Amino acid sequence: MKVTIIDYGAGNIKSIQFALKRLGVDAVLSNKIEEITQSDRVIFPGVGEASSAMKKIKQRQLDVLIPNLKQPVLGICLGMQLMCTSTEENNTKGLGIFNTEVKKFTPKVKVPHMGWNTINNLSSSLFNGINEEEYMYLVHSYYAQKCTEMIATTNYEITYASALQKNNFYGVQFHPEKSGNKGQQILKNFIEL
Amino acid sequence: MLTKRIIPCLDIKNGRTVKGINFINLIDAGDPVQLAKKYTELGADELVFLDISATLEGRKTMQKLVLEIAAQIHIPFTVGGGITSVNDVEQLLKNGADKIAVNSAAIKRPELINELANKFGNQCVVVAIDAKKINNKWIVHIAGGTQPTQLTLFDWAKEAEQRGAGEILFTSMNNDGTKQGFANEALAKLSSQLNIPIIASGGAGTIQHFVDTFQKGKADAALAASVFHFGEIAIADLKNELKKQKITIRL
Repeated sequence: MKVTIIDYGAGNIKSIQFALKRLGVDAVLSNKIEEITQSDRVIFPGVGEASSAMKKIKQRQLDVLIPNLKQPVLGICLGMQLMCTSTEENNTKGLGIFNTEVKKFTPKVKVPHMGWNTINNLSSSLFNGINEEEYMYLVHSYYAQKCTEMIATTNYEITYASALQKNNFYGVQFHPEKSGNKGQQILKNFIEL
Repeated sequence: MLTKRIIPCLDIKNGRTVKGINFINLIDAGDPVQLAKKYTELGADELVFLDISATLEGRKTMQKLVLEIAAQIHIPFTVGGGITSVNDVEQLLKNGADKIAVNSAAIKRPELINELANKFGNQCVVVAIDAKKINNKWIVHIAGGTQPTQLTLFDWAKEAEQRGAGEILFTSMNNDGTKQGFANEALAKLSSQLNIPIIASGGAGTIQHFVDTFQKGKADAALAASVFHFGEIAIADLKNELKKQKITIRL
């Protein structure tokens, strides 16, 4: 099993690598097109600001590569948001894999949405062995609006899509690598898809 | 619903956990990685590591320790202490820290908060504030609580938020180490004036103190050290009681 974590200078990638290692998988960090294409699984991480992340992705021509990948791809946090059509964060156009827009929480609630919250309405094999209302760790100021591709929802100010799936593409707003044993289970499910 | 968070804090000096009372009288409290692992298993929601090493050698040890912690635990953790630059933070995040906390350096040079928020996102910037109530004013202190500044808690916290802090970690120096409860009045005021999460710190002694800081202090998270390190409060008992008192918590 070859797993590649797309390296485009995004924040905390180490934790994903360590989480996979606990599952017995040595993931490679790479931004080389050939290496990513030849992987069995691809993880698209992301922490930070959308427009500068998108710029780095384009510089490496990953914006063309990612939507055309055929193996299971998992976007995490900002990675997931960048797979949507667009995000309000500095009006950034996304990769358009998921047909939904990313909006900002309003000041009615504390922003960022930070901490443990439940994932509900689970509908994907990505969540095998995960119960409804399981707690996951989230930290984000923008959210994906509900859409037909959602496979989990979370409530904070409104109900939003906390996980998405379309064909071989998966996205999660929460951090499975930081969500204890249940998060670890989701990563394991992704590897075993 | 978003839960309240319970955060054990580990003060680290030259690679070991230490704990003092009112910022002084340090005693050894064990191996940080083992403690971190234990707390993760016991249900801690997050961990904070504060590096109180004064030497360059101690700081290098901390970077190595962060890598070791990231390899062993799978809940979020924050690292603070002695951070003065974007470079420091870059290295800590590379080694696996999720968030970093800045204190004195941000007061000496407030632009540091903007720089860190712009480069790494505000979700990873925690501004830690040590303040002491003097003549009815909450005066911010630096250098581990040894030096008073001209700043007051509420003004500085607001400025930190505007500059891009994602969270405020407020330690009441009056309460710290006393085990008489958190500074709930000041915490509630902070929570109403700011729109970012507030972590309560200083004063935890009993389970009821945590209930109070969530209900009266409106804190989003509560941090404590010695009551956990020395086994006075078990995290599971604490969380069960919080749940019983209708506080949203992850069991």
